Amino acid sequence: MSDGWLLARALRSPGQTLELDAGAWTDLLAIARAEQMIGTLAHRLNALELPGSVQRILTDARASAEQGRVAALWEAEVARRVLAPLGVPVVLLKGTAFVAAGLKAGQGRSIGDLDILVPRAAIDAVEKALLRNGWEWVKPDPYDDAYYRRWMHELPPLIHRDRDRMIDVHHTILPLTARITPDADALLDDSVEIAPGVRTLSPNDMLVHAAAHLFADGDLAGGMRNLWDVHCLIEEYGSDGLMVRAQQHGLGREMKRALRLASALYGDAEGVSPVDWLYLRRMTARDGWGRPRRMLVRQAFYIRSHWIRMPPTMLARHLWTKWRKGAADRGSA
Amino acid sequence: MRHAFSVRIGPVGFRVGSDWRAPIDQLADLYRDYPPPDDGVADFNVRLFAARPWRRFIRPAVTIGGDFMLPDAAPLPLAQGLLAAEMGMNLQMALGQRRYLLLHASAVERDGRALLMTGVSGAGKSTLAALLSLRGWRLMGDEFALLDPATGMVHAFPRLVSLKNKAIGVVERAAAGHRFGPLMAGTPKGDIRHLVPDPAAIAAMSVPARPALILFPSYGYAPATRQIPQIESFVRLTQASTNYVAMGERGFSALTDLVKRVPSLAIDYPDTDTAVALVEDAWANAGAAGCAA
Repeated sequence: MSDGWLLARALRSPGQTLELDAGAWTDLLAIARAEQMIGTLAHRLNALELPGSVQRILTDARASAEQGRVAALWEAEVARRVLAPLGVPVVLLKGTAFVAAGLKAGQGRSIGDLDILVPRAAIDAVEKALLRNGWEWVKPDPYDDAYYRRWMHELPPLIHRDRDRMIDVHHTILPLTARITPDADALLDDSVEIAPGVRTLSPNDMLVHAAAHLFADGDLAGGMRNLWDVHCLIEEYGSDGLMVRAQQHGLGREMKRALRLASALYGDAEGVSPVDWLYLRRMTARDGWGRPRRMLVRQAFYIRSHWIRMPPTMLARHLWTKWRKGAADRGSA
Repeated sequence: MRHAFSVRIGPVGFRVGSDWRAPIDQLADLYRDYPPPDDGVADFNVRLFAARPWRRFIRPAVTIGGDFMLPDAAPLPLAQGLLAAEMGMNLQMALGQRRYLLLHASAVERDGRALLMTGVSGAGKSTLAALLSLRGWRLMGDEFALLDPATGMVHAFPRLVSLKNKAIGVVERAAAGHRFGPLMAGTPKGDIRHLVPDPAAIAAMSVPARPALILFPSYGYAPATRQIPQIESFVRLTQASTNYVAMGERGFSALTDLVKRVPSLAIDYPDTDTAVALVEDAWANAGAAGCAA
């Protein structure tokens, strides 16, 4: 039965896909779409002589990713123009940073929102500037809004009313409720200007951010893509000074795990620890129709994601509020 | 998935999977003259599934899934499983198609030239396409016209023709001996019955055609024909396209080329006989039937 490993193997050794039959190709493409990695796959298999239909689908995926790249860079440029008068550093994060810097991790990468990092002291000014220039609140709910402002590492998401694109304004890379507190000043201080007024994190901080996002924040959704980013960044930049930096941010354990898992999926690692195996079970949990599988493992990681984000009493209060609100909404529907 | 069926419609391959047998059997029957996807590899997947395990058996409710989906799509009763499959295929095209600029239009072909008809729901696109296809035109599709930015040609997408409400009776009377799917009453869009395109349309579905005339029909008015300026046609077609924005510059170029090359007309009609006559007239006047389109 197919799972995410089919995609991982294709990315690791593109030549192996020449052996696939029609059914396996259909599964592979469905899984790649579900993981939002079909553009990445298309770039990776670019040079191969593939069946005509597969070639066509991957050509379309490359064109689509290219259009996504243009749109993402334009969105970053608009934000740069709006925020430039404030005189604060604006650092691009994740996918947009990868394509702006022309990195391998950005090739074919699907990019949704624009993520930026700004100094916490400047967050009000940034918010006002965005609101003056066509961005609007997505979440009208007062509890969510207050929660974001008090406890999250970012503003509540804003969306541009004309272009329909979301921006996430971060002031650090983990929620304030998390037990780990990365060094946000260091992230900004060591950021790199890649074009006038356009910055990205330093290579090591990009890697630390990827690890933080995966193992200290989320429930591992999008894990395959995240680890592909890690794999590509290591290939391009190496890992000099990486662990020291990760420890400075309090993310040494997470960084090590990211390196081990990236290597297991896309590199040459043989054998993984039982705990790593569990993580990989979660990340590759797709069937050949692109559907989520292994619901128990998924659920466990979902609960874990909340557990590590909040102290227990706070988590209980949060869930209680959410549940009551949900019950009220269900009652009125 | 428990049951599956793969099919190629025009240039696009689909794999439809289902928790239930019935929708797959219906698809396999109505699409029996269609080929499988090229190389057996489908472009898009559609999934029909029960949102909760027990809903496979108790008050079965068909949830639509796939590679590309909209959130909050309401499930349909099992009796409308065929409709769910068709909606799923349309959704994949609307949200995921990037090779062709999609125009929400019906298309018919004569002498290698295509007539595109687009308009709001209820304007009569599907009915007109079905009726014209019974009068010697080749049906290229009643839902999407596929405009190739590289060549300017329109590719056929002749899936089942989806007839709604009054159109069902109109076409049933005109299409003696044609194959229809089951009548599905009380769907979210009213009554729906599918018509299988004729064998010639299916056999020729890989043959593209050069667009020659764009019509914007409106049902329920006194007969009238008027020219639509290029710029208005362009704006109307951007609104009729589901992937215009996603296609970026390729979509813009393809659409500007189309409205520059091809005349656009609005036709108002009170009944289908009048409509068919108006269309034939417009086609003759546009010179589309001749050599210099």
